[in-house]
Amino acid sequence: MTTAVRVIFVVLYVLLAPLIGALLAGIDRKISARMQRRIGPPVLQPLYDVIKLLKKQVIAVDRSQGFLIVSYMILTVITGCLFFAGVDVLMVFFILGTSSVFLYLAAVVTGSAMSSMGAQRELVQDMAIEPALLFSAVGFYLATGSFEVGSIIGGPVSAIVKMPGFFAAFLFVLTIKMRKSPFDTAQGTHAHQELVKGITTEMGAKNLAYFEITEWYETVLMMAVVAIYIINSHPASIIAAIVVILLVYFLEILIDNTCARLKWKDMLVLSWTVTLISAGVNLILLMVI
Amino acid sequence: MANVKRSPWILHYDGSSCNGCDIEVLASMTPVYDAERLGVENTGDPMQADIFLITGGINSQNASVVKQLYDQMPRPKVVVAVGICACTGGVFKDAYNILGGADTVIPVDIYVPGCAARPQSIIDGIIRARDLFQKRSEEHDALMKKKNLERRQA
Repeated sequence: MTTAVRVIFVVLYVLLAPLIGALLAGIDRKISARMQRRIGPPVLQPLYDVIKLLKKQVIAVDRSQGFLIVSYMILTVITGCLFFAGVDVLMVFFILGTSSVFLYLAAVVTGSAMSSMGAQRELVQDMAIEPALLFSAVGFYLATGSFEVGSIIGGPVSAIVKMPGFFAAFLFVLTIKMRKSPFDTAQGTHAHQELVKGITTEMGAKNLAYFEITEWYETVLMMAVVAIYIINSHPASIIAAIVVILLVYFLEILIDNTCARLKWKDMLVLSWTVTLISAGVNLILLMVI
Repeated sequence: MANVKRSPWILHYDGSSCNGCDIEVLASMTPVYDAERLGVENTGDPMQADIFLITGGINSQNASVVKQLYDQMPRPKVVVAVGICACTGGVFKDAYNILGGADTVIPVDIYVPGCAARPQSIIDGIIRARDLFQKRSEEHDALMKKKNLERRQA
């Protein structure tokens, strides 16, 4: 990729990702409502929510929370920018891990029991996610010979052909990353979870709005990772990637609405088992063949 | 001026209610009545709530709790008393431990009477509350603008 193309991609990501993320979240809520035979909120509801949150009075238990949550947002955006600039996938996953530490700090700094417990569960979620993400990066290297996004999507065949096991493991942890129902231990969108609001218990007004906006950036980044599994040098593969992204998103909504929450231990054991078996076997096959 | 009334998030607190009104409040969120189509979300967290739905009368033990929940909610905020007990104390009015309706400890804006209040009237109460929430939000914005201007001049 030339420098100009990289800059255009990064600018498009910074400007459009929150809009696409909000739209996806709105569609999520609408489809969830229809699955429960409800009418559901308007598709733009997440945007309305954030606009309202930005206008409310800020009550913060600890002043540093605002700084920490903004750091979380900026680091996540930077991660996305690096990804869309076509830098190393491995580095992207590492920085993504760093950004979630800031979310943890923003929650524990308040000292609230609910939010601290949510924060600890967030760390457990990160532990469950990380192996599959790192395996994915290694898989990309073995399958395409490069960690760089530009080379991964520039090959004659899609990466998924050589690494279906890595893709399955990635889809599994995507449910955790997107805070969907069997694994929404840290923070849940469904009414009346036992942890009040988990990690966001002590976040109100502006801080919660930044949290939501970061979620949108993160969703778009995760969907882009799904896309690089599919895209190859053929232009038609971009359409295939969009179809796969929509299917994956629908699958997540379906799982969200049909599964009851698991305990954090089950989540950790299950995600590591799936990662080890499906990505591990794929890894051995790639190394041997 | 942003339209904040499209996103009224509620905090539901059960005072010394018999649970009749609480079940009706939850019923208004279920598929039949689906208050979420108005953007309503049951937050369960005072820091994120805009509308305080309170059911049941106030007794000497929960008075301080209700007050604290109200104080924890960021401005602008609206209080809705659901059911006759939250409005006046209802049949428990003369009981030794009951202080009266929710308005004995916090300012109540909307009264939704009934025993138990029906989901239709609760949703009607929420719609009135969100209109008031919009009005308060505009007042809040004007106040903040004025404050910022004064700060800049000083």
